[in-house]
Amino acid sequence: MPALISVSDLHVHLGESHVLQGVSFEVPEGGVTALLGRNGVGKTTTLRALMGLVPRRGRVTLAGAELTRLPTHRIVQRGVGYVPEDRDVFAGLSVDENLRIAERNGNARYELVYELFPELKTRGAQKAGTLSGGQQQMVAIARALLNENSVLLVDEPTKGLAPLLVTEVAAALERAAELATVLLVEQNLAVVARVAQQVVVLDGGRVVHAGGAKELLGDPERVRALLGVHGGGH
Amino acid sequence: MSTFVLLTITGLGLGAMYFLIASGLSLIYGLMGVLNFAHGAFLTVGAYATWWTSTHVGGGPGTKLLVGAIVGLAVGALLAALVELVLIRPLYERHIEQVLVTVGLALVLSALVEAIWGFDARQFPVPDWLIDTTTIFGANIPNDRFLEIATAVLVFLGLTAFLRYTRYGLIVRAGVENRAMVTALGIDVRKSFTLVFAIGGLAAALAGVLSGVYFGAVDPGRGTSLLIFAFIVVVIGGFGSIGGTAIAAVVVGLVQQYANYYASSGLGDLAVVLLLALVLLARPGGLAPKVAH
Repeated sequence: MPALISVSDLHVHLGESHVLQGVSFEVPEGGVTALLGRNGVGKTTTLRALMGLVPRRGRVTLAGAELTRLPTHRIVQRGVGYVPEDRDVFAGLSVDENLRIAERNGNARYELVYELFPELKTRGAQKAGTLSGGQQQMVAIARALLNENSVLLVDEPTKGLAPLLVTEVAAALERAAELATVLLVEQNLAVVARVAQQVVVLDGGRVVHAGGAKELLGDPERVRALLGVHGGGH
Repeated sequence: MSTFVLLTITGLGLGAMYFLIASGLSLIYGLMGVLNFAHGAFLTVGAYATWWTSTHVGGGPGTKLLVGAIVGLAVGALLAALVELVLIRPLYERHIEQVLVTVGLALVLSALVEAIWGFDARQFPVPDWLIDTTTIFGANIPNDRFLEIATAVLVFLGLTAFLRYTRYGLIVRAGVENRAMVTALGIDVRKSFTLVFAIGGLAAALAGVLSGVYFGAVDPGRGTSLLIFAFIVVVIGGFGSIGGTAIAAVVVGLVQQYANYYASSGLGDLAVVLLLALVLLARPGGLAPKVAH
């Protein structure tokens, strides 16, 4: 499969810390590529660097076009949607307003969003800050799905959610993957096993493994060595 | 009773001016994190542009004031937008440098006004109907107080409608909460910065015009003296909150007037500082949270 995103020698310094130390990997077009690793290895920073939200050095291309010199809003306008780790919904704005602000043109896909998350329609007037964590996650994912993006960067969408909501979010990710290429940071290996075809594993600010999701998750010893957890999660 | 009514309406008039300055200050800080010490200079420049224009057009004081005010407001908005584009934007996220630049700019603009038009106060064109009084509950209220209050109410309603019903307003409200996330939705938030600066400059210039009417004259130190109270209003009201700013402006204006009369002349300023201390002790974030409503 041709690479849609190509990351080459990506470095990020945050204060005194050299968080990303030459990260290189490729994301094939279509499906879900999961970015895995222990806590603090730089997964979230990698997504933030791709979005231009932190100062970075290196090369990032989307379908061959250089992104590294672009400001965040221009990267998004190239068709990159972002679901941040802590949801970052606008607490003082209503659910409707949180969605409306994400509209980039007149073709907002409200039908799709309400099909995936019907609750958002009924709670349109409610302040996003008063929603539960799961509902806020729906808003965050809905904002990214509202526009026609070629890539979605999704950061720990199931973090802190109840099992039932995890299933719902995983279903939404599968649907999202039919519409765009997804680069997913996820700690829940059951979700990774369900939705991802490819994996990239980070450790110490570098890529230490890249390959098929099934191959890695089917090898518990390898999972333990790379991620420090028991693999499978099926 | 008549004294209380006079003090109340005068306090509301003063609060109206504080609101006009503080609303822009509050939105600019709420959205961009910029403590704009040059905001008072926008007021002074707007007031001087109004006065200067009024001396170059014909007609009665009413016409002079109206034409002068239109020019003054345009100058205030344009100056503020230019300051954002030329001085603030290159220092994005460098807050100390931004403060230093705005302090420097405030000094430069005041010095420039003094150098061109001197230290003496300049007579403002005030039509007779604004100097006349209207009797309410036995109190003779100068009509300009009603103009100041009505203008501030209209600006409050206009700003609220802008924030609530326009896309730029939505962006500003979201940006006050989380600027980075707004850019991560594909929005060039810097355009909103310029717009908010221009709106702030316009409101400050409007305060300059009204302060000229209120005091009957304009002097180079006007912006600086009113800016201090505007900062207090913003801190009490909560940065980024237009509603909180409006409430705080009214409270500060009234406390100042009542303390000056019922306690002792000159105690009004001290009472305002005490009020600030009390609010900060009880609610460190101000009366309203940091949300641009």
